[in-house]
Amino acid sequence: MKNIFSVAGVVIKELYRRKDFYVLFIITVLICLVMASVNIFNDAKIARYLKEICLLLVWISALVIAITTAARQIPAERENRTLLPLLAKPLSRPQLIFGKFLGCWLACGLTLFCFYLFFGALSAAREHQWLVLDYFQAGLMHWFMLGIVVAMALLGSLVFAAPSSNSTICFIVIGGILFVGRHLDQVAVSMHEPLRTVVNVLYYTVPHLEFYDLRDLVIHNWPLIAWQYILLALLYAAAYILVFLLAACLVFRRKPVN
Amino acid sequence: MNSPRTIFLLLLALLVLCFGVAAQLLPQFQAARWSRSTGDIFNVVLGDSRRMFAQSFYVKADAYYHSGYYPTMFDNNDAFKTVHVAADTGAVNSHNHGDEEGFLGPKRNWIDAFGRHFFPDRHTHLDEGGPADDLSGSDNVREILPWLKLSATLDPDNPQTYTVTAYWLRERMHKTAEAEAFLRDGLRQNPESYDILFELGRLYNESYHDTERARNVWELAVKKWSKLDLETQKDNRLVMEQIATQLAQLEEKAGNLTRAIDWFRAAQKVSLTPGTLQLRIDELQQKVSASNRVPRGNLH
Repeated sequence: MKNIFSVAGVVIKELYRRKDFYVLFIITVLICLVMASVNIFNDAKIARYLKEICLLLVWISALVIAITTAARQIPAERENRTLLPLLAKPLSRPQLIFGKFLGCWLACGLTLFCFYLFFGALSAAREHQWLVLDYFQAGLMHWFMLGIVVAMALLGSLVFAAPSSNSTICFIVIGGILFVGRHLDQVAVSMHEPLRTVVNVLYYTVPHLEFYDLRDLVIHNWPLIAWQYILLALLYAAAYILVFLLAACLVFRRKPVN
Repeated sequence: MNSPRTIFLLLLALLVLCFGVAAQLLPQFQAARWSRSTGDIFNVVLGDSRRMFAQSFYVKADAYYHSGYYPTMFDNNDAFKTVHVAADTGAVNSHNHGDEEGFLGPKRNWIDAFGRHFFPDRHTHLDEGGPADDLSGSDNVREILPWLKLSATLDPDNPQTYTVTAYWLRERMHKTAEAEAFLRDGLRQNPESYDILFELGRLYNESYHDTERARNVWELAVKKWSKLDLETQKDNRLVMEQIATQLAQLEEKAGNLTRAIDWFRAAQKVSLTPGTLQLRIDELQQKVSASNRVPRGNLH
């Protein structure tokens, strides 16, 4: 475990040395402040459009940070020729994968904390209420969703040749799941065999990332989701994270390190 | 030749030349149809596709009206053919049928059943309390306004956006001045719109209690509607029925019963339920004949 945490610590340090997070955070803040300054029929209490824009930017920023950070981890080590010395130490390949994953995931958690803190402050400024538990649920679900994304991108970094292609494929797949994942079974109904079976298999096998998108509930101030469903969703995410990480370990086991 | 005075004079001459050219070109440039300076930023960036975006923001306002409980393109949207924010104003023909509560249908499988815990799954309207079922929060309907305003900015030629926005501003937000200003803005963009004139008349009658201005505006609306070709008139009978009925009620209150009967007859011609209006006409005719039967001697 110590080795895993050491690797994770390095990844977190890398995140706050790089400028990605700062740039995305400042852009999000600036756009939200500009949108907040718009006068809509002299009503200063209108808040939900602002919450929607802010959450959309948070989701985009978090996805960009998660995918780009995870996708470059192992290729960068290989490119800098630091992978071999790393593995020469008492550090196994699975430990490296799990350490990289943990680092990226914790880094995503830190960025999400900052983003949701800003989101909470923005909402409170307009709605004069601080729905801590709602934001905690949304943030927690978001973080676990990013865990799946990070694990997926790590696996992709071992399969695809370059970080850029991996990132692009990850963005397309994740975007596809978020937009149509929930409806794949309905899409399959209108198809002919064998495509119908393929789409149905996809529906049951892809990680349903849309479960973790609680934006509509947060924006429109819906009541809290029952915690047992949150727990089940987190277990579902943990299972997929484990599947992707084990697959990454299997692929990495056979990969040459230089 | 290179003295500072010469350079200064040359610069001055160039400045005068620049000013002259700019003064000559600017009016021409602003008058040109393709000029960016005349159009707003959306027109320049999006061109005609802005109407498509305007429609999607109009629908977005309806999704906000339902606090996010809204069908996607994959769901059964028979109950959402006409956006509810417009249908609930009473000034728009509703083409909605089907189950608005359960457009999601029965649960299809365990993924669908589980997923329904993570998005809005209950039909509510913001003006009826929204997800909290709290009627004191009915002014939360304000949340639809940014999208309606954006929709009107993107497609200023759609009168419905103005009438719907003004209705909610006036009825629920009690922002009559803002509603009037928005309708006037809409009227500048759509001078032939009888819909906007009808809503403006309602505003004068119901909010300002200024019956004279309401009458003038509604009569102008009737004139605009009458100019339409027969096919368009057929598609827009509801608004004419409402204008004529409002005018009839206005005349009845003012004691002009014959005028009121005339307006009810005009409404009857375009109404889908002429029987109800006939009852009102009969009632008024009885009043007219009763007042005519008053003996001459009693008048002195």
